[in-house]
Amino acid sequence: MTAPILTLTIDGRQVSGLASETVLQVARENGIAIPTLCFLEGLSAAASCRLCMVELEGSPRLHPACITPIQEGLVVTTQSERLFNYRRAIVQLLFSERNHVCAVCIANGHCELQELAKEFDIDHIAFPCRHPALEVDASHNRFVLDHNRCVLCTRCVRVCDEIEGAHTWDVKNRGIHSQIVADLDTPWGAAATCTGCGKCVHVCPTGALAEKGKSMAEVRQKRPFLPYLVANRAEERK
Amino acid sequence: MSKPRLATLWLDGCSGCHMSLLDMDERLLELAAQVVFVYSPLVDAKHFPERVDVVCIEGAVSTDEDEALLRLVRQRSKVLIAMGDCAVTGNVPAMRNPWGAETMLKAVYQESRALAPQIPVETLPRLHDQALPLHHFVPVDLFIPGCPPAADTLFAALGALLAGAADGLRLDSRFGA
Repeated sequence: MTAPILTLTIDGRQVSGLASETVLQVARENGIAIPTLCFLEGLSAAASCRLCMVELEGSPRLHPACITPIQEGLVVTTQSERLFNYRRAIVQLLFSERNHVCAVCIANGHCELQELAKEFDIDHIAFPCRHPALEVDASHNRFVLDHNRCVLCTRCVRVCDEIEGAHTWDVKNRGIHSQIVADLDTPWGAAATCTGCGKCVHVCPTGALAEKGKSMAEVRQKRPFLPYLVANRAEERK
Repeated sequence: MSKPRLATLWLDGCSGCHMSLLDMDERLLELAAQVVFVYSPLVDAKHFPERVDVVCIEGAVSTDEDEALLRLVRQRSKVLIAMGDCAVTGNVPAMRNPWGAETMLKAVYQESRALAPQIPVETLPRLHDQALPLHHFVPVDLFIPGCPPAADTLFAALGALLAGAADGLRLDSRFGA
C-alpha cells in the first residue's frame, strides 16, 4: 500500500507529495532549494544544524524541513528575511565555535561550511571566535579526525551506525562541550569496532575527517554515494 | 578635484595580499593613474599620512604596535578595507590563539633554541594573547576575504570604490580562496 498523495503550497507554488515525505523532500523534488548541513540523502535526519528551518502558516515558531512531514493544505515559506538572518547567524556561529582556518584546511575548496558562508554572503564573522584548544586524533593508520574543524553534524555517527553497522562513532558531553568520540572515547586507532571502511570520511561536510597522505588538491569526497548504496541493498534483500 | 589618496598597511600577515595587489600587473598603471599612492610597504613613506581616502589593510592585529597603528590609520582614513583572511578572520596568525602569548614566546624563543635561549623584551612590541581581526578594534567599511584575495578581486573592489559604486558590491571571493 502506498501513502496517500497530499497537496501543499511551498513559496507560493502548489506542489504534491506522498504523505510519508518531509517538507524538505517535496521541496527538493520540485527544485526548491532549502539550505542544509547535517542532512544527507541516504541517512536518517538529525535536524541538529537548524539551517533548513522554514515558516509554516499558522505557526509562530520555525520548523526544520528535514523532519517535518507534509500535511494537506500546508503553506510553507522557505525564503524570508527572518529565515535568511537566522541562517546567516547559524553559519557564523559555527565558524566562531571552533577553529576553522580555511586557508590551511584539507577541505579548502570542497567544504560545505565554506560554501554556505559564500552562499549567505558572509564576508566576516560578526561574533567573537572561541578559539578552543582541541585535539587532532591521528592514531588511525589511514584517517585523521581534526576536532578543530568539526561542526557536530553527526553524519559520521549516522553513516557508521546506519550504513556500515559498526557504530564506532558517537557524541560525548553536551552543548558547547560536545565532541565526536570513537568507541567509549578511545583514540580512533585503538577503536576495536572500526572496520576502516572510510564512509565517515566521505560524508564529512568539512575537513574534520580526512584521509592521511592526501593533499587538499587530491581530496575527492563522494558524498552522494549513499542513496545508491541504500537502494542496492534494498534490492539485495528482496 | 584632486585624486583619491590610497594607502596600504601590513600588520600580522605574510605579505601574500600585497603580492596579490602586485599581481594586478599592467592594471597597476591604470590604478596609479587614478590615485595618489601615499603610504605602503611598497613605497618609501615612513609615516602614515593625514587625510587618506582608501586604506587596504593586510594582516591580523597581534601586538600593541599593530593596535595603535590600526587606530591611528582608522582616524586618518575615510574608507578602511580589511584585505584578506588575516585581517578579516585572524586566519593563520590566529592559530596560536588557544595557547596565549607566553606559551608562544616560550615555544619559539626558548624551547626551540639550544644556545642561550631568551625572550626578546626590547625593540619588539608586546605580543597580544590573541591575534584578532580588524573589526574587533575599529569599524571596517569593506571586508575582502581570501587567502589571498585574487588580484582580479582586489582590482574589482578598488575600481568600484574609486568609481563610487561600492554600495551592494558583491565580490567573487571566499574564506581561504
